[in-house]
Amino acid sequence: MSTSLEPMPRQLPGDLAMWLFILAELSVFAILILAFAVTRQLKPQLFATSRALLDSSTGLAMTLSLLSAGLLAALAQVQVRKHRSRRAAVLLLAALLVASVYVALKLGEYRHLLGAGLGIEHNTFFTLYWILTGFHFLHVLLGMLILAWLAQMAWRRSLGPGTCSGFESGVLYWHMVDLVWVLLFPLVYLLG
Amino acid sequence: MNVANPHLKFASQAVAKPYFVFALILFLGQVLFGLIMGLQYVIGDFLFPAIPFNVARMVHTNLLIVWLLFGFMGAAYYLVPEEADRELHSPRLAILLFWVFAAAGVLTILGYLLVPYAGLARLTHNELLPTMGREFLEQPTITKLGIVVVCLGFLYNIGMTLLKGRKTTVSMVMMTGLIGLAVFFLFSFYNPGNLARDKFYWWWVVHLWVEGVWELIMGSMLAFVLIKITGVDREVVEKWLYVIIAMALITGIIGTGHHFFWIGAPEVWLWVGSIFSALEPLPFLAMVMFAFSMVKNRRRQHPNRAATLWAKGTTVTAFFGAGVWGFLHTLAPVNYYTHGTQLTAAHGHLAFYGAYAMIVMTLISYAMPRLRGLGEAADERSQTLEVWGFWLMTLSMVMITLLLTAAGVVQVLLQRWAEDGSALPFMSTTDQLRGLFWARLVSGVGFLAGLLCYLLSFRQRGRAALRAPARVVPS
Repeated sequence: MSTSLEPMPRQLPGDLAMWLFILAELSVFAILILAFAVTRQLKPQLFATSRALLDSSTGLAMTLSLLSAGLLAALAQVQVRKHRSRRAAVLLLAALLVASVYVALKLGEYRHLLGAGLGIEHNTFFTLYWILTGFHFLHVLLGMLILAWLAQMAWRRSLGPGTCSGFESGVLYWHMVDLVWVLLFPLVYLLG
Repeated sequence: MNVANPHLKFASQAVAKPYFVFALILFLGQVLFGLIMGLQYVIGDFLFPAIPFNVARMVHTNLLIVWLLFGFMGAAYYLVPEEADRELHSPRLAILLFWVFAAAGVLTILGYLLVPYAGLARLTHNELLPTMGREFLEQPTITKLGIVVVCLGFLYNIGMTLLKGRKTTVSMVMMTGLIGLAVFFLFSFYNPGNLARDKFYWWWVVHLWVEGVWELIMGSMLAFVLIKITGVDREVVEKWLYVIIAMALITGIIGTGHHFFWIGAPEVWLWVGSIFSALEPLPFLAMVMFAFSMVKNRRRQHPNRAATLWAKGTTVTAFFGAGVWGFLHTLAPVNYYTHGTQLTAAHGHLAFYGAYAMIVMTLISYAMPRLRGLGEAADERSQTLEVWGFWLMTLSMVMITLLLTAAGVVQVLLQRWAEDGSALPFMSTTDQLRGLFWARLVSGVGFLAGLLCYLLSFRQRGRAALRAPARVVPS
């Protein structure tokens, strides 16, 4: 999980508090993922039949959307380090646009599942599916709010390598959201 | 206010003193009723019918809540003016509300003790807006309304002070916690007839207080004392505070799910409650790291070593009591067996003592010498006595917790785990736990001894004050 495409100084990017926060967030997701994986071991049949009801190509599209948004955010970070704040803001807007594809797809999937009666109480697979992806979905929304806030900040102020700790922290948060999805996607949609 | 106390930054901070003094008086009452109950566990008809067990329990828990509220209010009146860098908006209102709250509190407790509970409900016209009869929220409706009025006046007073003054992270977090405390209390006025629904609203008061907004209050009180006694940069402290409150709110609010097990709520809560509660020790662990790293990196050696000990002690005890002992039984498969056993009592005791009783005593320990005009710290002898009080109370509470945990485990094995037919009923199980309950009672006496040591440390300080009258001008 690196935010730079150029040699980095040995200093930790972003704020230490954000790293601690990300660590806490990752612990929650780790427990959720563990719960999902263990339950799958206990009920393989139920999980296999339930997973067949999900559309893995939608899942792939969502993954691509989040990863491209992550790439654009990282490029924005590079621009900030080169004192090109306005360009960074534009890149972040592009990242937000790409991320909204994920939001649209996810909402579509949720609506489809609810329409088919596959709600949170349907069975253990769907209970965990909704908790896991729903919790992640909320993080995507929060991450997008943070990116939007960073975009307006970069547009208004000229940020540079010395004044971008807050910017780096926000981008770090988005990478965390990305990273978690990369783990969720194969676990929920693919591994059988 | 005619207090000319050179050790207070603002004269109006002095209103905190009656709040602290009354809080400690109620604390003593709480411990005495705890001992009565401890004895009733082993000698069932002790003090019957004058003080039946259920009444003693109600008094014990209600006194706890009320003394902590007095402590929080006193803490707010002390720290908010100092953080806002201006006098309290209205010291007169603070004193008036003190008397209103104290009178309401005393009358309610007397009501519990002198009138049968059903009679108290009739006397206070509970039928007009029925809110009585729920654990911890047993107060007559009129008392609850009084609490709301006191809270509103208090929030107005503190809020005006903050609005007009400097806004720091510490005071804003404190304010958020206090507003949350008042808002969530409002759920106690809704009392649905359906028991399952009732439990939701009840937990939104009880859980969202102790595992939500009270953690904000604790965090800000801790941050305030640590800034004062270590001299560490405010920026560093504020960063820690942000991390702590973020973790407390994320884990605490969703963690409410662990109360929705087995009450008729959907199965999804078993997952949500188990998973998010597993993270609830984190904010408490962060507080331990916070306190110890601040003290380690301190810029000055504060003469009040007792306050430093309380600040470190409260985080460690809260981590074990609230964090570890809470997690012991929040996983649904475990809770299936342990729900409502002595394990809950073990957790409740160490958590309330570690997190909330100790944080209030941390602030009292820091503020009292100044409020009493003694300076930054009490004399060496008083501090030694206070440190004795700290260790006696804390170790006794650890013993109470361990003994109740043992009692809980035996109870689960005899009453819940055993095969149908060989499982013992509740009262027979309790008979088997007699030895543990006797040992718990002895630990309770140890706790009382610790509390008396602690209270005596104030008496000695008083004498020291008399020896140096030049430094004090009595109000």
